[in-house]
Amino acid sequence: MRHGKYPFIIGFLVVPVALYAVFVVWAYIQAFYLSVYEWSGLGPVENFVGLENFRKMWDDTTFWQSIKHNIFLLVFLPLITVVLALVFAFLLNVGGGHKGGVTRGVWGSKVYRIIFFFPQLLALAIVAVIFGRVFGPDKSGMINGLFPESWSPWLFLADERYAMGCILVVLVWQAVGFYVVLFSAGMGNIPTEVYEAAAIDGASRVTLFFKITIPLLWNTVQVAWVYLGIAAFDAFALVNIMTVDRGGPDGATSVLSLMIYRNAFEFSQAGYASALGVVLFFLTLTFAWVTLSATRRESVEA
Amino acid sequence: MTDIFPKPELDRRTLLRRAAAVGLLATPAVGMLSACVGSSDEGTQDQATGTKSADNPLGIDPKAGVEIVIFNGGLGTDYATKVDTPLFNKKWPEAKVTYSQTEEISTVIQPRINGGNPPDMINNSGSKLMDFGAIVKAGQAADLTDLFAAPSLDIQGKTVADTLVPGAIEQGSYDGKPFAVNYSYTVFGLWYNATLFKKNSWTPPTTWAEFTALCDKMKAAGVVPFGYAGANASYYMVRAILTSAGKIGTEQVLKDIDNLKEGAWTNDAIKQAAEAWAGIGKNYINKTFLGLRHTEVQLQQNQDKVGFYPCGSWLENEQAKDTPKGFEYAIAAYPSVTAADKLPATAINAAAGEIYFAAAKGKNPQGGKEYLRTMLSKEAALEFTKLTKSLTVVAGASDGQTISPGLTSANDAVTKAGKDIFMGYLFDTWYKKLDDESRAAANDLMFKDYDAAKFCERMEKASQAVAKDSAVTKFTRS
Repeated sequence: MRHGKYPFIIGFLVVPVALYAVFVVWAYIQAFYLSVYEWSGLGPVENFVGLENFRKMWDDTTFWQSIKHNIFLLVFLPLITVVLALVFAFLLNVGGGHKGGVTRGVWGSKVYRIIFFFPQLLALAIVAVIFGRVFGPDKSGMINGLFPESWSPWLFLADERYAMGCILVVLVWQAVGFYVVLFSAGMGNIPTEVYEAAAIDGASRVTLFFKITIPLLWNTVQVAWVYLGIAAFDAFALVNIMTVDRGGPDGATSVLSLMIYRNAFEFSQAGYASALGVVLFFLTLTFAWVTLSATRRESVEA
Repeated sequence: MTDIFPKPELDRRTLLRRAAAVGLLATPAVGMLSACVGSSDEGTQDQATGTKSADNPLGIDPKAGVEIVIFNGGLGTDYATKVDTPLFNKKWPEAKVTYSQTEEISTVIQPRINGGNPPDMINNSGSKLMDFGAIVKAGQAADLTDLFAAPSLDIQGKTVADTLVPGAIEQGSYDGKPFAVNYSYTVFGLWYNATLFKKNSWTPPTTWAEFTALCDKMKAAGVVPFGYAGANASYYMVRAILTSAGKIGTEQVLKDIDNLKEGAWTNDAIKQAAEAWAGIGKNYINKTFLGLRHTEVQLQQNQDKVGFYPCGSWLENEQAKDTPKGFEYAIAAYPSVTAADKLPATAINAAAGEIYFAAAKGKNPQGGKEYLRTMLSKEAALEFTKLTKSLTVVAGASDGQTISPGLTSANDAVTKAGKDIFMGYLFDTWYKKLDDESRAAANDLMFKDYDAAKFCERMEKASQAVAKDSAVTKFTRS
C-alpha cells in the first residue's frame, strides 16, 4: 500500500494548508505590503511612502502607551496564570496525599476541575460584558455593591491607576482553567512510581511540587508561557468592550490590537494600521523566540 | 489519577510545542484586519439610466431595481420599509426595492464598496459608521447636485433644496459639493424632566449664575445636577463645551476649529467655555459617571436622580421604553456663559444628521438618488417624524402636529432661537482622530483635573498634528 501513502496524506492536508495560506500567510503578506503605503482603507492603493508609517509610529505617544500596556500584560499574565494554574493542578492531582498506593487530589477535586474550566466555555465578549458589571463604578457594580453603604465607590475601570489591573484580573480569571487542565494532563503523564519513591524518601508535598512536578512538567509550562504571552499581545475584545472610552480613560488601557483596529476602521488609516500590525508581528515573534530559548533547559524525561 | 484525561499515545509535549509555533503565526491575526485590500478602479459596471423628463427629473430607469441598506439603530427601520419604499413603489411600481438592514454598517458595506459592488442607497450611521470623508475622497459617493436641483416630489414649485432647513445641504457637502443627505434634524441642549421641575418650581436657567444656583438647589434636593456618560458618550460633553463656546464667540469659533486654523482651540471663547464647564464638573457631577454608559446615566435621569443631561433630540425616542409615566422630556438652550456672549441665551445648536448617500459605483446610482428624493418628500418626512419622534430637514413638515412632549419642546426651542440657530461643527466626522482626542480631553476636564488651559492646549496640539498629517484628507467650510 506504499504507493497510496502520499495521496492519503495530501488529502488530509490540502484543505487546512489552503485555508492557512489564504487567511494567514496571504493576509500577512498583504499587511507587509500595505505598511509602506499611505492608504485610507477605501479605493486603490497607490501612495507609496516607504517607512513613513513607522516614523509616524515612533512619534505617536499612544503607540508607546500601548506597548507599555502590552508589556505589562506580557509580564504579569503568564506569571500569575502559570503559578495559579500549577498550584491548582497540583492540588487537584497530587495535593490530597498518598493513600493505598495512589496519589490523589484534594477532597472534591473532580468538582473543582469542572468549575475551573467553566470560564473557558464563555465567549470572551460575554466575559467582558459580565466583568463590566462586576467592576461597575457605582453601587450597581457587583464589587461596589458588596461594600458597605458608607464607602465611596471604587471607580475600577474609570480610574486610570487600576483600569489595566482590572483587565489583567479578567484575563487571568479566563485563562486559569485551561492551564489547570493542561497541567493536570501533564501531571497525569508523570509516573506514580516517581512520586511513591519520593514519598518513601520522606519528601513533603512542597518538595514533591518543586523537585518532581515542576521539572517533569517543564516543557508544558514553557508552552503555556508562550501561549499566554501571545494572548497578552491581543486582549482586544476585553479592552474594546470593557473599558471607558475604549482604551481609556485617556489611553490608560490602550493596547496594540485596539490601535490597529481603530486606525484601520475608524481613523481610515489602514496603511498605518498595517504598519502597526507588522510591528506586532515582530514583537510576538521575538517574544516567542526569547521565551523558548531562555527557558530551554535539560529536559527531564520521565 | 487524571481519570477524565486519558493517557496519550503520542508525545503530547512535542505536539504542544509544535502547536505553539503554529499558534504564534495564527494568533496575531489582527494583521488580517488591515489586509482587505481594495480592488482597483477599473471595470466599473454598467449603470442603469433612463430618459430625463419632468416626471423623471433624475432620469432613472423605471424598471431597474434599487438596493438600499438601512442602519438599524435608535431610529429603527420601519420608516424605510413601511413609508419610504411603498411611497417609492407608488411612483415606480416596476422598480424592485431590495432592502436589508444592519447594525454594523462598515462591516457589511465596506467590503462591498471595495469589491466594486455597493448597494445603491446607504444609510451610513451608528457607532460602526464608515468615515464618510474617506468615501468621498475615494470617489465612492455620488454627487447629489442634480438631486437637490430636482423638483420636490410633493411640494409644488420648489426644488428639493428649497424645501430644506438652512444648513442641511452644507452639512453633507465636501469642498462645496453635496454628497450626502443628512436627513434627521437634531436639536441639542440640556434635557430635563419638566414634571420634576414643575414639582420643585425650578426654572431652566438663562445665565451661568442661574445655572449654578439651580445646580445648588438640585444638590440640596438630592439630585445630581448634571451628568453625562464618560465611558462611551463623552462626545455629548464635547458638544456642550463647544456649543457654549459658539454662543460666546459665534459660530466662527467652531468654523476655525473645523478648518484646523492655528490657535482655534486656544481662542478665548473656548477657554471661557471650558472653564465654566470645568466648574460644573468639579462641583456638580457624580464621579462614577466616568465609568458609566449613556443608557445607564439616561436611566438615572428617568429615575429623577440626574437633573440636566446634555443630548440631542433623539433622547426621548431612545428612552421611550424606560421613561416612567409622568416623566416629560423638555429641552433648555445652554445658558449664556458671560454677559458679553455674542449670541443670545436662546441660541441653539441644531444640526442635520444621519447620513444617507447614493453609491457612485453601484448598479443604479440614479435610482438611489430617486429613493432619497422620495425620503425628502413632505409626506415621507412627516411619517418619519411620527415613527421616530425625530424631526427631519424638510422644513416645517411636522408643524401643527402634537407628537410628543420632547418633540414639542424641541420645536419650541427652534422657534424661540429664530435666526440664532447654528449648525455647530464637523471636525468630529471629518477627522475621527481629533474627535477621539476631544472625547478623552473632555473626560479629563470634567472628571479629573478641571484644567481649562490644559484642555485647550491639548486640543490645539492634536488639531495641529492633524493639520500637518499628509495622510489625512482635509476639508474646509466657510
